[in-house]
Amino acid sequence: MSTETAEKVLEEKKDVEAFLSKRRKKLITDPLVDDNPITIQVLGICSALAVTTQLQPTMIMALSVIFVIVMSNLVISLLRNKIPSRVRIIVQLAIVATLVTLVNEVLKAFAYDMYKELSVFVGLIITNCIVMGRLEAYAMGNKPYDSILDGFGSGLGYSWIILAVAFFRELLGSGSLFGVPVYDAISGLIGEDFNLATNGLMVSPVGAFIILGLIIWVQRSKTGYVEH
Amino acid sequence: MELFSLGIRSIFIDNMVFAYFLGMCSFLAVSKKVSTALGLGAAVIFVLTITVPLNWLLNEFVLKEGALAFAGASFAAVDLSFLRFIMFIAIIAAMVQLVEMVVEKFAPALYGALGIFLPLIAVNCAILGGSLFMAQRDYTLAEATVYGFGSGTGFFLAIVALAAIREKLKYSHVPNGLKGLGITMLLTGLMGIAFMSFMGIDL
Repeated sequence: MSTETAEKVLEEKKDVEAFLSKRRKKLITDPLVDDNPITIQVLGICSALAVTTQLQPTMIMALSVIFVIVMSNLVISLLRNKIPSRVRIIVQLAIVATLVTLVNEVLKAFAYDMYKELSVFVGLIITNCIVMGRLEAYAMGNKPYDSILDGFGSGLGYSWIILAVAFFRELLGSGSLFGVPVYDAISGLIGEDFNLATNGLMVSPVGAFIILGLIIWVQRSKTGYVEH
Repeated sequence: MELFSLGIRSIFIDNMVFAYFLGMCSFLAVSKKVSTALGLGAAVIFVLTITVPLNWLLNEFVLKEGALAFAGASFAAVDLSFLRFIMFIAIIAAMVQLVEMVVEKFAPALYGALGIFLPLIAVNCAILGGSLFMAQRDYTLAEATVYGFGSGTGFFLAIVALAAIREKLKYSHVPNGLKGLGITMLLTGLMGIAFMSFMGIDL
């Protein structure tokens, strides 16, 4: 009995000490490069690529996904001991779908243009494998605070990749960044004869596949990860 | 004739994978061998053909604005379309479970072939995406069925083609960093260019 309480105290103490300990920092930083959800784990590509023709909707998409991952990780982690494992997929889907509905309604109310542009792809966050993957792999077996950090890390890892893809696609495909015409400004500076041509292929889905393939190549060459 | 052209369009021109990036996760993960790709592709056709018309019924008679008018005048102004996501995904998850049980009971051979892929499909974006596009585009019931079947077939073609290429790819020398996902993305891009040529077809 006494050892049990002692252990409990020890455990609590460890928790207090480790508010942003090395292990917890790793939860956030790992998914950024070494264990990136898109480039290493091959998850969440489904709804990501379709919105990356422009930076602005990509930004909205990234924020929505971070919100959904963090909140669903928190909720599932709080409920983790109450969910029967046989029906856990349905429970997870129901929680994620509720959160996504929330995001959808907020977008509809406050950013209607973005809502129109993202159309069904906000709804498809429900089936984003990163969200389900983190719920299954992490939130079902860990404490709420850790789960929030884990969700936040994965969300950031996902976000910077899709923002990088969107940066190249918007720059090369439309000659602008966040809607600001960069190509026109450059040719204005150098002279009217200097004309930068935009590449129509980058706006089409094909551009997204190729840009992402190249980003993966660069990223994996740096980390030295080899798939067999 | 319109239905036929819708079918052709959803298979080739509005291809789930190459035009909308849907179902990419399983598209990349299950395309290493042709035989498994065939199984997953068939399961996707099967489930899409069932769930899209079912969700059409749900949308038309329960969720749409004014859809509940048949239940009484006081319901005429009810708009439940904000429940679309949660209802669609519930129907899909339930249907997948049901289909799995029925197939296991009455067609054990088919179950052996499709079995392991069915649970995977509940969280495949192509399935939910099919239903969401159907709701957005205001199809009729017949159109919804054809659209479900057509987009499933499009996915089937894409995944089987990719798996065939990847089987051949085993014998080629790919740079280390590009192995696996990287080269597959580039391949998908090239296949996308080929599929773009269908865009010129006027239906």
